[in-house]
This record gives sequence, C-alpha cells and structure tokens, in this order.
Amino acid sequence: MKDRIEAGLTEIFRDVFEDDTLVVHRDLTARQVEGWDSLTHVRLLLTAERKFGVRISAAEAGQLKRVGDLLDLLHAKIEKSPRRYGSNFSV
Amino acid sequence: MSSFLQNLAWLAKPPADFRSRCGQITADPVQGYSTIRSLATTALDTNQLLRLAKTIHRYRQAGQSDDKSTPFRLAYVSNGTPDLILGALTGTAPRYGLALECIASNYDQPVQDILNPDSLVHHFNADALLIALDWRALPIAANLGGSTNDAVNRLLDYIQVILEGVRDNDKATCIVQTFPPPAERILGSYDRVLPGSPLNVLGRFNLALDDMVQRVGGVLLDVAALAESVGLVNWHSSSAWNLAKFQFSEAFVPLYADYVCRTIAAMRGKSRRCLVLDLDNTLWGGVIGDDGLAGIQIAQGDATGEAFLDFQRYLLSLRKAGVVLAVSSKNNDQTARLPFRQHPEMLLREEHFAVFQANWNDKPSNLMAISQQLSLGLESIVFVDDNPFERELVRRTLPQVAVPEMPEDPALYALTLSSAGYFESISFSPEDSKRADFYQGNARRAALQLQVTDIESYLESLQMEIWFQPFEETGRKRITQLINKSNQFNLTTRRYTEAEVASFEASPDFFTMQVRLKDAFGDNGMISAVICRANSGLEWVIDTWLMSCRVLGRRVENMVLREILAHASERGIRYVRGLYLPTDRNSLVEHHYPNLGFSHVASHADGSTEWLLPVEGANVLPAPMVVHSESLAAQ
Repeated sequence: MKDRIEAGLTEIFRDVFEDDTLVVHRDLTARQVEGWDSLTHVRLLLTAERKFGVRISAAEAGQLKRVGDLLDLLHAKIEKSPRRYGSNFSV
Repeated sequence: MSSFLQNLAWLAKPPADFRSRCGQITADPVQGYSTIRSLATTALDTNQLLRLAKTIHRYRQAGQSDDKSTPFRLAYVSNGTPDLILGALTGTAPRYGLALECIASNYDQPVQDILNPDSLVHHFNADALLIALDWRALPIAANLGGSTNDAVNRLLDYIQVILEGVRDNDKATCIVQTFPPPAERILGSYDRVLPGSPLNVLGRFNLALDDMVQRVGGVLLDVAALAESVGLVNWHSSSAWNLAKFQFSEAFVPLYADYVCRTIAAMRGKSRRCLVLDLDNTLWGGVIGDDGLAGIQIAQGDATGEAFLDFQRYLLSLRKAGVVLAVSSKNNDQTARLPFRQHPEMLLREEHFAVFQANWNDKPSNLMAISQQLSLGLESIVFVDDNPFERELVRRTLPQVAVPEMPEDPALYALTLSSAGYFESISFSPEDSKRADFYQGNARRAALQLQVTDIESYLESLQMEIWFQPFEETGRKRITQLINKSNQFNLTTRRYTEAEVASFEASPDFFTMQVRLKDAFGDNGMISAVICRANSGLEWVIDTWLMSCRVLGRRVENMVLREILAHASERGIRYVRGLYLPTDRNSLVEHHYPNLGFSHVASHADGSTEWLLPVEGANVLPAPMVVHSESLAAQ
C-alpha cells in the first residue's frame, strides 16, 4: 500500500514541479527540491487530497517536515476510509 | 453532478502523453501552436493548465507567436492568491482562440492598486480589468436586524469607487464578478429574509450590481451563479483560504478559468453561432431508417422520449436567442425529413433549420458545405453527434469546430451544451433574436442565387432597401456591439467603447454613418458602420469601416462608399483615404479599397496599406436598391 501511495506522490511531485525525473522518497525535504515554496507546498497537498480522496487540515499540514510524514498521514487516512480509497485512488 | 462541472465533462480527456507533448512544443515551435490549441481544448486539471501556461510562455520567449489567435491583456484584481488563476487563464485561453497576457494586482491591496494611477495594473495597458473580489473584501459588517438597504448601498458605493477609479486611470473595460454568499447560515432558511444577514445582503447586492455594471458599460461575470451551480459548500473552502488565501476550492480553478475565457471570447465576438446536429440518437432515440416513424423514441410518457423532447425544447430556446440550427445526418434525405414532417410530437420542424444536409458524405465535408452556405466560419460552428467516431473525425480534420463529448444519457444533453458555454453573450438586442431567421433567409437567398445565373437580375430580385443615418442614441448599443465584434469585414478592427462612440456623434471632426438593409426575405437590421475622421479641411480618413458578412456579395459596400462620397462632396472634401490593417481574421477585405477604385499610396512594414480616392470623378458601380438617406443637415 505505502509503495502505491509513494508512486502516486511521485506523479504529483512531477506534475507540480514540472520535473519528470523526480522520484520521491521518505527523507525528501523542501530544501532538496527546486521551487518547493509555500505555494507549491499547498498545491502538493491539494492535489494529494483530490487524488487520494482525503482531507488534510491546516494543523496536519503544519506538522509535515518531510515526504515520509506526508506518506504516513495519507496512509493513516486512507486506511480509515477504505470505501473512498476504492473509488478515488487510482495509481 | 458537481463533478460534471468540476471535470469539464464536455471536453475530451487530455492525452496520456500530455507532459511529453508539452515538451515537444518547446522543441518544435513550427507545429507548436496547433498542439497548444489542441491540448487546451481538453479537460486539463489545474496542474496541467499551469504546465501548459509555462509551455506557452517558453513558446513566446522563443520568439514564436500564436498568430491565429486574438491577443488580449487582462489585469486580474483580486483579494485572493492570483498564482494559480493567472496560469490557469493563460492555459485555458487557446481553447477560445485567445492569446492572453495577464498580470495581477497586489492581493493584499487590490483597491489601492485601482485608485493609484501609477500602479502596475494601470501601466499594463490592459484591455480589461477583472474585478475578482469576493465577500471577504467587502465592507460587510454583520449587523443582524439592521437595514439591508443601508448595507446594500454601502457596498454599491464601494464598488462605485472602484469603477470610477478604473474609469479615471485606465481605458480598460471592467469585468465585474458577482459575489457568492458564504455557505454558512445563521438561522437557516430564514437568512434569506433576515435583514443584514450575508445571504440577504449579498443576494440584493448582486442584483443591484448588475444594473450598475450595465450602466458603466462593463461586463458581468456571474460567479455567484457558477458557485450555486456547483454548490456553495463545494465552491468555498475555508481551509484553502486559511492555508493559502485561495478564494475558492482549487478543484474549480479550471472551470472558473473557462468561464473567464468564454466571457472574454464573447467580448471579442468569438462566441459560436451555429449548431450542427446529427439526427438518429441525437434528436430522437433510435434510427429512423431502421426503426421507422413509429419506432423512434420522441414522445411524452416514455422517459427516453421525454429526454429527447427536453433537448429539442432547449435547442429551440437557443434558436430564439440567435443560434443558427443546421442538420448533418447520414441518411436518405426523404427518410431524414420524415419525423419533422409526420411525427406529431416532434418540437423541431424543418423550418427551424437554416441548412438540412442528409446524405452519405463524410461529416467534415458536410460541415464545410454548411459553413460556406451560411457564410459562417468553421470557428463559429458547434457539432453535436452521439457517435464518438464522427466526433473524433471532425476534431481531427476540422480543429476549429467545437465538438462536445456527449454523455450516454440524453437527459444530460441540454446540460452538456449549456455547461460548455459555446454561446456566451455579453449583451442581447432584439436583432439577436432574429439572427437565426437572417441566416435562414441567407440560405434561401443562396438557393435563389443558384437558380438565377445573372447577378444583376438576382440582386434585383432581392428588392433591397437601404437606410443611411448618422450614429445616434437608439442605434448606439448595436453600433458598439458591431465595432467590438466584427472581425472579418473590418478594415481596421479598431474597438471603441459606447462612450467613445457617443463622442464621435457629437464631434465636428467626425463623420459617422450607420446602415440598415431590408430585402424580400426580411429585415437584415443594422449591417454596417463607418467612421470618418477629418484629416484636414480637404481629406477624410476612413477610421472604421465594417460590415456584417451576412450581406456580402450584394455590392452594399459600393452603396456605402457612394453615400460617403456624396457627404464628402457636400462638405467640400477632396480626398477620401482608406486604411487596411491586417489581422488573422480580415483577409477578406485585403483588396477592398483597390476593388472600389482607390489608388495605392503606401505600404507599411506591419502589412498595413493606405489608399486614396478623389471625391470628384469617382465612379462607383451602384447596386439595385432603394436608398433612404438622412440628410447631412440633420447631423
């Protein structure tokens, strides 16, 4: 499951940062990616919300330090709502 | 159904290789623009629109230009974060044949930017300012039980200040958004009548705003109705506002961008005008050739039959609004006409169609024939067919034609056409409601022309009457509409606001003329406008000369020139100077002046040309028509 979320995130990162060679991993942080600013950060979260059919609150968004945190958050949320997972999550 | 709108379901899906195609545009600029346009006509999401926008920027930076599209400069004035919106607008614009350049106001001080004549917004030289404020930007203090009138007036004063600021500092047209109310209610349903509640105040304010915008010659963008269509709880997103100051949910950015672009397209006369319809399973259920008159589904009492009836009803309302209807069907002619003639429940009848093409030719050929017969460009046509094969064939061969994806269920046909916004309008005049009849008359005239081989006797058979009159108040709206929408028969394509048109009426330096034409088939309404500017006491320059393409080929332009010359002569003018400023749309009139006997005097690097005609001794062939001319003394 986490592998599939990670692959989905890679697609989102490639879209948002327009870099088709980008591959995400758990330890990736904003400093390592060119163009990762507050606006692209919000775009990442909004696109992830839509793709995985989940909601991320501002408090949750504020605690994300690296890609691994986002991955764990998405995983926990998807586990909690298996039905939405089925209808929205296509990687 | 909000996902239907959110996903722009009437557009084809983007190609799987969208990213690599974007890459190719930059690598191969020669094919670039047609690729940009074909990608833009698919249902791109926000990220894809932003990528396409960047691709367009790179394409322009490489010195390439979208020479087939209409340039437009837009200043986006908003209290929200503009970044996503500007990119989405740039990426959507080619869908409507627009080359859009946009800037944004400072989002934390949009109103200051408007009131400051030195702001970036005013230095941008915009064609239009989009006043994209939402309720958070309004002085709307919660005053439950207070006077709604006072609250509405306070808001109107605020907007008035903004509109006056634009008028004083800028020549741009204002596009003003209505204000969706917040989704949260205080006392529930009672909010609608609760004085001072946001729903109560904004509801009335939106209505009053409509009047105010009309008065200043602005254009309304009904975001309140858009938000209601998708649902206020979907449209608004408090978290998106709190996180990033997005005015509304990011999911609707592509839809919003489409609404803005279709409005701009309407301002530039680029809305579609003609709807070409397939028959079997498009206007009725079943196949008339196989199922016969009794077998097709088009009747009350049957859910599918009623869905097709609803669609026909919607098409009739479009026709009343000026959309020309035509048929293109793979059928034998007599079989295809049978339901229109003999089925008692059909709402559409043969008389509602300007052209009826039932044959076995391929659809692109038929569409080209329809375009020629109506003198309407392919970019004015929408093609509706339930068959995906036909749709794809038309998309590939005639990319200018709009081809909506049709849903399986005919109950959604009307909503699909309506959501696609092909017929967006920024005004409606009595002439618009007659437009479908005009074009039908045109098609009949074309049929008559086939019978009459001699052009003179054909023109005589039309029994034309022409009216010449200076610009005046009652015609001003229509004149302004013509000036801003005519693209093909338009020598200079200079656009003027209603206020500017009014100023020409009053100025002694200008000679203006509006032209109406009637013939045996009906009243064509106002079909031409001319503005001459006195260059000296001896010369007039024809600043503007435009004509509706409906009346091409009747030497109306000859009669107009004869009228200009008569007035010029009366005022002691010796020469009339004509200008041709080429655009991608007006090659039709490239040889207009030499054809009328003007002599070439200059050609410029930008492709424009100048022409001169001496007033005395000019010999312009008249056309057979009765002339009514309002004398010079009346002006």
